[in-house]
Amino acid sequence: MGKRIGMEVAIAAAEAVALCRIDMAAVYPITPQSHIAEHLSDIVHNGQIDAEFLTVESEHSAMSACVGASAAGARVYTATSSQGLILMHEILPIASAMRLPIVMGVCNRAVSGPLNIWNDHSDIMHVRECGWIQLFAENGQEVIDMTIQAFKMAEHPEVMLPALVNIDGFQLTHMIEPMEMPSQEEVDKFLPERKPFAYLHPDKPVSMGCFNMPDIFMETMKAKDMALRNSKKTIIKVWKDWAEIFGREYQPVETYKMKDAEVAIVTMGSMGETASVAVDEMRKAKMKVGLVKIKLWRPFPEEEFKAAVKGCKTIAIMDRAVSFGGVNGPVAAEIKSLFYHEQERPKIVDFIMGLGGRDVRVEDFISMAERAKKKKEDTFEFLGVRE
Amino acid sequence: MIEIRWHGRGGQGAVTSVEILALAAIAEGKYAQGFPSFGPERRGAPVMAFNRVADLPIKIRSGIYEPDVVVVLDPSLIGLVNVIEGLKEKGILVVNTSKPADYLRKQLNYKGRIATVDATAIAREELGVPIANTTMIGAVIKATDAISLDSISEPIEERFGRLAERNIKALKRAYQSVKFFD
Repeated sequence: MGKRIGMEVAIAAAEAVALCRIDMAAVYPITPQSHIAEHLSDIVHNGQIDAEFLTVESEHSAMSACVGASAAGARVYTATSSQGLILMHEILPIASAMRLPIVMGVCNRAVSGPLNIWNDHSDIMHVRECGWIQLFAENGQEVIDMTIQAFKMAEHPEVMLPALVNIDGFQLTHMIEPMEMPSQEEVDKFLPERKPFAYLHPDKPVSMGCFNMPDIFMETMKAKDMALRNSKKTIIKVWKDWAEIFGREYQPVETYKMKDAEVAIVTMGSMGETASVAVDEMRKAKMKVGLVKIKLWRPFPEEEFKAAVKGCKTIAIMDRAVSFGGVNGPVAAEIKSLFYHEQERPKIVDFIMGLGGRDVRVEDFISMAERAKKKKEDTFEFLGVRE
Repeated sequence: MIEIRWHGRGGQGAVTSVEILALAAIAEGKYAQGFPSFGPERRGAPVMAFNRVADLPIKIRSGIYEPDVVVVLDPSLIGLVNVIEGLKEKGILVVNTSKPADYLRKQLNYKGRIATVDATAIAREELGVPIANTTMIGAVIKATDAISLDSISEPIEERFGRLAERNIKALKRAYQSVKFFD
């Protein structure tokens, strides 16, 4: 166990990237990601790492530069938020189709409009289908750990896909808290040098990112889907490797007090910690409530999620984005389709909460669990909205 | 767990104060959070910043609504912002002011504990500027047992470099001269 140090989480994320010995970062600053951009720029400028920091004119260019550099065999990183992620959107599925192991920090922020710089998950839900591995960090330590893990997952020869780490904007990025920063030796032991399967080089010409006619496009799409689905076993393996070196264990789905739970609260990201306090309080009041935290959003951990809520009668989902005009929120959509074939389905109650920085307190999770328990059928509602 | 809410104006360094306090607590082996009110930063506008300090890992990540300690960096905020909102009955209000405690009590209609220190005057003398954010940390250390005076120097040295010594001196003067009223 290393020593706990106090640091702002965004700064810690940039330090973690430096420990991964990146070759290139192309980052365009945007709130609340800016401190990652600034600190990474300082790290490169001060010569702490031997890397190129590309000051691009937009996020679209940032991701395009990452694609180019990654195709040339470099280890690359970028980070963004909200509008920046959406501006990148066009390039995101290209990075995954080209099987380029780019790593990105997504400092989750509401998508405009109206303009709002605060935290929710609408940005990542807009680009859900980009074909990237998608992790959700719950605290500063997980931001450090997942950033380093993401390179190993993405670059693994059985994966070769880009990976992103969701970091709740402000809630995590601007928080000063204690974390353990791994040493360079430990990270070097964990993360080998990138060995690309193929790369652009004038001496060994290859074509990458080719045009697909209708007779091959579907096969390519299926291959990409299979690649992402198959990455789960490597992701789990990488987490085992991590636990061996650092002692901190990770799972695609984490549970808290789920044994005998009748109601399961489902969260992604930083609010899992506040929800765990609510679970403790409800347990004291003899309410059989537990917590299920989704750490791996893509590929979705189907078996693990089912196992986590086994025997549970009610699932209360916290959705932090709206699928406008859709049946319910994006997390609930995933989980409902997971249970469609089951003979004995749990009741699935979806709550839209914590949009655009609206604070979610312990009491809100208690109210959510109580409301969910009383429902007779699956419902969908905005929690705590003034009407 | 101690929860602290800082009131200041944009540019007065409330966020720096919570950062230094959190870093000092963590360096002591405690668990701590320091965070801004997550608003757009505007110079001169009322802002808040927050600390949590505890002996065990802090799980809660929502805002602070019922603080144990309220710190007012700029007394001109009193009357503009309800600084005592949610302050616990056994909590303490720590104000940078040259006015007597009774004056504040009347102004706020507040009966709880108060600590006052003229941090602006100290900052003017020691730092040459009326920026009282680091100075006020001294008063907060005296008013709570969140951290010890010894552990504050390192994060200030790291943050302020050659200006650290003067900041630490101002902070220690506030620690010694803060007055308490029950």
